[in-house]
Amino acid sequence: MTAIEREDKSRSSSLLTRLRPVLFIVGLLALWQIAVSRHPDQLLPGPWAVVKAIGELLQHGLLLKYVVASLFRVTWGFALAAVLAIPLGLTIGWYRRSEMAVYPLVQIFRPISPLAWIPLAILWFGVGDLAAIFLIFVGCFFPLLLTAMSAVRNIPAVYINVGRNFGMSTAEFIYRVLYPAVMPQLIVASRITMGIAWLVVVAAEMIAVNSGLGFLIVDARNAGNRYDLVVAGMVVIGAIGLLLDLGMRSLERFESLQWSYSEE
Amino acid sequence: MNSLAKPAAWEKYFWPLLAAGLLLAVWYYSVVWTATKVFPSPLSVEKGLAGLMHKHVLWADIGDSLRRVALGFGAAAIVGIPLGLTLGWYPALNQVVNPALQILRPISPLAWIPVAIVFFGVGDRPAVFLIFLSAFFPILVACVSGVSNVPAIFRRAGRNFGLSSAQILTRVVFPAALPQILIGLRIALGVAWLVVVAAEMIAVDSGLGFLVIDSRNSGKRYDLVVAAMLMIGLIGLALDLGFRWLEKIKSVRWGFRHES
Amino acid sequence: MATETLKTPPGTPGKLRMEHVSMVFDRDGKVTPVLDDINLNVSDGEFIAVVGPSGCGKSTLLNLMGGFLSPTGGSISIDGQAVSGPDPRRILVFQERGVFPWLTVEGNIGFGLSRLSRAEREQRIAHYVQLVRLQGFENTYPSDLSGGMKQRLQVARALAVNPDILYLDEPFGALDSVTRLIMRGELLRIWQTERRTIIFVTHDVDEAVQLADRVVVLSSRPAKIENILTIDIAHPRNISSPRYLELRDELLSKIGLAYTV
Repeated sequence: MTAIEREDKSRSSSLLTRLRPVLFIVGLLALWQIAVSRHPDQLLPGPWAVVKAIGELLQHGLLLKYVVASLFRVTWGFALAAVLAIPLGLTIGWYRRSEMAVYPLVQIFRPISPLAWIPLAILWFGVGDLAAIFLIFVGCFFPLLLTAMSAVRNIPAVYINVGRNFGMSTAEFIYRVLYPAVMPQLIVASRITMGIAWLVVVAAEMIAVNSGLGFLIVDARNAGNRYDLVVAGMVVIGAIGLLLDLGMRSLERFESLQWSYSEE
Repeated sequence: MNSLAKPAAWEKYFWPLLAAGLLLAVWYYSVVWTATKVFPSPLSVEKGLAGLMHKHVLWADIGDSLRRVALGFGAAAIVGIPLGLTLGWYPALNQVVNPALQILRPISPLAWIPVAIVFFGVGDRPAVFLIFLSAFFPILVACVSGVSNVPAIFRRAGRNFGLSSAQILTRVVFPAALPQILIGLRIALGVAWLVVVAAEMIAVDSGLGFLVIDSRNSGKRYDLVVAAMLMIGLIGLALDLGFRWLEKIKSVRWGFRHES
Repeated sequence: MATETLKTPPGTPGKLRMEHVSMVFDRDGKVTPVLDDINLNVSDGEFIAVVGPSGCGKSTLLNLMGGFLSPTGGSISIDGQAVSGPDPRRILVFQERGVFPWLTVEGNIGFGLSRLSRAEREQRIAHYVQLVRLQGFENTYPSDLSGGMKQRLQVARALAVNPDILYLDEPFGALDSVTRLIMRGELLRIWQTERRTIIFVTHDVDEAVQLADRVVVLSSRPAKIENILTIDIAHPRNISSPRYLELRDELLSKIGLAYTV
């Protein structure tokens, strides 16, 4: 085989390789459609019905409204949690004793599903946006706090000694050594926490509020067994969750240009 | 790390207890000073908890929640570990299947509830299905990356010593990937515990999650609400610690370097 | 333990034969020739060192000999049979991280011995623990061993399956210089106790002259065999003797030549 022939072959094989996962998904969709058309009198919709339902939602302007409502809550809940948890975590993690004091307590709070806070949330904030934002806040706060605490502890002692050696003021040290050192870990944790926030908002909307994508799902079922809308809602939830995750990952890549955190 | 000397051993218990004490005190006094009629004080929570234990309701609920987690998590492990090992072992297969999985993953398990109810009816089974879904993905991801991160040196040594593919998988790849698989299992267990509580609020009428919602709905018993929340936190913590203890077993410990 | 009977009488040439071996890598259309027309004839029980500049393909050569790669041209045979894949009769020892961290010293050494009876296996493990001087560490995990000990463990594991040939890929490269000196002595002692054919890749010229019967000099990529130097000093070698220094200088100058190819 000449070099040119080899190159052609590898280029065409890489196109096929990239196509294979798409074919796999198309195959699954086809199976789904076939399964549904075989049992026409059961409740669940096929892929085509779902697409039509999404179109219907778009037409009535509901899709945009619900997506915005869900995103609004996620953004606020996550932002509040980040603004509080990160500086707090960095400070607590810096001092060995405060870390020893806080860590066990946080470990007890963390496994409590944010949804278990619903009664308290409703008690304090009533039914509505604020309760949902509070739930997302709770879901994001503890993971971010723990990550900030551990990120500070994991700063290599060398960096700190260098900072001291160069006679930096505290403010300078925080800005020029501390934050860059913890940033990679915080960004990864933010991506994971954002995923959690997205899960929580859907759940919260199913239970405690009257708008948003989670609400769409329960409402569509309760008010008329519109399972095509239910699955449409699921698809949109999955798509937006995926976009959020990809968006956060691109942030990671940007940060890693500044310094690589895979130093091992 | 800070200017103070290394803390003594007793301080490991002293500071958290101090912090917990402070928290309880703040809680107690804020209830007293605001003279709230609804929000419980620590004492009433303790009384409520004792009452629940006395009436055996608490143990039944804990048992139900744990049972659902065991079933869903167990199913996720039984399906996820072999599948993950296979996908990790055949990267070509992984490349085909992975995008489909990545699309399914961000769909909140709870969003599956209506579909789950259609397939499984009401009661335990949709809840177990939700737990299965939520535990499945972390386990799968951990297995795939555990296998693909096994250094090529180990696989080559396995071939060098005349091992068959199956033997390499069981005697080299699996032990090498085990630390990462265990981490994935631990994370999955944590997620399962979060989801069971949520599922019990929506789809079933027993278990700790149900206890939380029910205590409020039938009588605004916020003392029981908080008591249930506390139990959820403690049991979740116990599950996590139990798993970390597993990670300490010598033949796996090499994979963990003083993780916290 | 009695000396194992070797397949061919000691000193017989043709234990490992490479004829016109070339290796070209083709990754996504990018073609990289690494080895070019390698001819080598290794006698049974010989200690061969392979030296050359970094990245010249020494490791590729070992992988070819071990059967982990197939040559794009030429043939490799051992005892007259073509090499078609990895085989426990020829074990590769790596520079680092070769031992299995989830097994103890005993577990690692016994790794290739699953087909033996339990008594035989235990006997053999005990023998090799002694040979590489790791007594007392039988139940220790590699994470508690030093770098030198881990390499000794790798050698023990390799020898335990009674291979004909040992391939060593810069085995002492990750160790500090004092440990390296000690390990060279250990390797020679083990080799003189249980004679095998050894192919030893290194970038350290001193190491090659101290250990080998013959030194193969590779040029930079695409690597050819520039030269094969015979070290005619008997063991134990005095590293300050004039003959040693002469050979060492000769080797250095040959590599110098090789660098300009």
